[in-house]
Amino acid sequence: MALAKITSVSGRGVYVPGNDIDTDRIIPARFMKCVVFDGLGEFLFYDVRHTPEGVPTGHPIDKPEHKGATVLLSGANFGCGSSREHAPQAIHKAGFRAVIAENFAEIFFGNSTTLGIPCVQAAREDIAKVAAAIEKNPALEITVDVTALEVRFGSDKITITQRESARDGLINGRWDAIGDLIDGLTAVQATAAKLPYMSAA
Amino acid sequence: MSAQPKSLFEKVWDAHAVRILANGQTQLLIGTHLIHEVTSPQAFGMLRDLGLKVAFPHRTFATVDHIVPTNELVEPYKDNLAQAMMDELRKNCAQFGVTFFDRASGKQGIVHIVGPEQGITQPGTTIACGDSHTSTHGAFGAIAFGIGTSQVRDVLATQTMALGALKVRRIEVNGKLRAGVYAKDVILHIIRLTGVNGGTGFAYEYAGSTFDAFTMEERMTVCNMSIEGGARVGYVNPDETTFAYLKGRPYSPTGASWDAAVARWRSFASDTGCRYDDVIKINADDVAPSVTWGINPGQGISITENIPSPETATSDDDRAGIIEALEYMKLPAGKPIKGVKIDVAFIGSCTNGRLSDFQEVAKYVKGHKVAPGVRAIAVPGSQIVGLQCEKLGLDKILIEAGFEWRAAGCSMCLAMNPDKLIGDELCASSSNRNFKGRQGSITGRTVLMSPVMVAAAAVTGVVSDAREVFAVN
Ligand code: SF4
Repeated sequence: MALAKITSVSGRGVYVPGNDIDTDRIIPARFMKCVVFDGLGEFLFYDVRHTPEGVPTGHPIDKPEHKGATVLLSGANFGCGSSREHAPQAIHKAGFRAVIAENFAEIFFGNSTTLGIPCVQAAREDIAKVAAAIEKNPALEITVDVTALEVRFGSDKITITQRESARDGLINGRWDAIGDLIDGLTAVQATAAKLPYMSAA
Repeated sequence: MSAQPKSLFEKVWDAHAVRILANGQTQLLIGTHLIHEVTSPQAFGMLRDLGLKVAFPHRTFATVDHIVPTNELVEPYKDNLAQAMMDELRKNCAQFGVTFFDRASGKQGIVHIVGPEQGITQPGTTIACGDSHTSTHGAFGAIAFGIGTSQVRDVLATQTMALGALKVRRIEVNGKLRAGVYAKDVILHIIRLTGVNGGTGFAYEYAGSTFDAFTMEERMTVCNMSIEGGARVGYVNPDETTFAYLKGRPYSPTGASWDAAVARWRSFASDTGCRYDDVIKINADDVAPSVTWGINPGQGISITENIPSPETATSDDDRAGIIEALEYMKLPAGKPIKGVKIDVAFIGSCTNGRLSDFQEVAKYVKGHKVAPGVRAIAVPGSQIVGLQCEKLGLDKILIEAGFEWRAAGCSMCLAMNPDKLIGDELCASSSNRNFKGRQGSITGRTVLMSPVMVAAAAVTGVVSDAREVFAVN
């Protein structure tokens, strides 16, 4: 399976401040009653974007000036909690193609990478710098360069980091492992044959 | 035996490593794949799109837990979406030849309770499930991962997934827990120490004399919540307690192969002198009955402490976290947590929905009544747990005390079935997550604690010290 090489993502950015933004907040569980992922985008951050009565709260991603943003910025431990892929799926379906945060929860990070969404880490001050630039000019183009490990915006730039296996996968078009895994099926059978509990009952 | 001493994690990893992939990750064989209705339908869809089959259907087991109503037994369920998920799982299991423990089998329940109960969860194996609390199975000395839906697809299609190795942190708890202190308190204590992301990148090896003395159910409670501290994997080395639990279970080996299996299982335990990336030591005496006061499981205190206030914050982040949590929880800064009024009491979940949890609760609530105005529900983690409780008459004791006794499922642990908080109700809960909105209402509030502490809150109507309420000493 040929996958796109994701070397960089460019577009407008939106900053959603906060640490420990968990997967229940990214996509509340009641919206997971579905057998396909389609349509999840509109429920991204739903309970933060609406009051209990359903009135919009003016969340950053709903602001008209941020419409069409593709780069999401946030704080530390982004995506903690459940393993639900519904979380990165909702982010992707809402149009985001990259996430910049101080750091990410493990399972969320892996799930996002498998969907081809680069999750890159930056220092808090640097994220604040980008956020301030977006605040000043919401139309500013933000470029998340996975190859050069930097984010460029206007005439400024910050450095970012990313786990090497994820970066390798993205820039070389092997971020979804399924093709590789299938190629290894003969070796899989050999490994399984050495484990007594793997034999058919 | 090789000269180099190894941890259980390394041994299991090495035995299941198929090959190194181009991006440096390992293609890891997953011996046992557990699936449920929420995270599997899309994965089966992807499998169909790719024209693939389930590679090892005999190593794949399904059950239904998140969406099942606990007070409605007959299909079709009133909730069409829930019924659609049920139908989808049933269809997928039939089409791909996967064993499905549905309600008709009498073996249905929360996936992390069913695996051990059936003897499917075994030492020295790898396990994956599209659910972050899969770490529960580590209690048996398995390496068990919570995975996303694309990885569920990977495991269905190839029985493997791509993964980088984890570091190993040994968390040693030594000594005897004080009266009224439970496994749940141990893990809440650990998460409070490490923070909610302190475990990122680590597998936890829980050890020490406290764990040696723990039953399998207690070990499961601790391993279950590893992810709440950021660790994707948590395990306990297998020992006689493990083997005794597994003996005679439906999927456990029998006869001569039992002895061979035990010998093999034993060999996976960490070698003395093996290397750990980090070690934390905790004195069992320091663990107190614990409760959370905030909106993540790391925001916990002992029942005798006061709710933190922004002034006591140790950093700007901490201060912001305290302010946000107190605002959401509507709790008074600096005041005792003891005495905070509750509206709902929930005993159940994959953390604390096992036989011993209900036995312990029944022992204490006998003769007590749930306080007026408190809605109290007790939900066994599996049909088998339910039946065991009923055989012992525990259900009657709970009902007599004023609890509702329900059918097995995830219930009020998360908002995917009819059991939900209403408005800003505050719930004393034996589950594992106190995130905003977790229990089904956008403004609902969760206070995590052990089942016996939930029982104490239920009968007093306020967050209480169970040791005082039930005269434990
Ligand atoms: S009981 Fe709660 S934590 Fe456990 S599997 Fe069900 S929803 Fe998840």
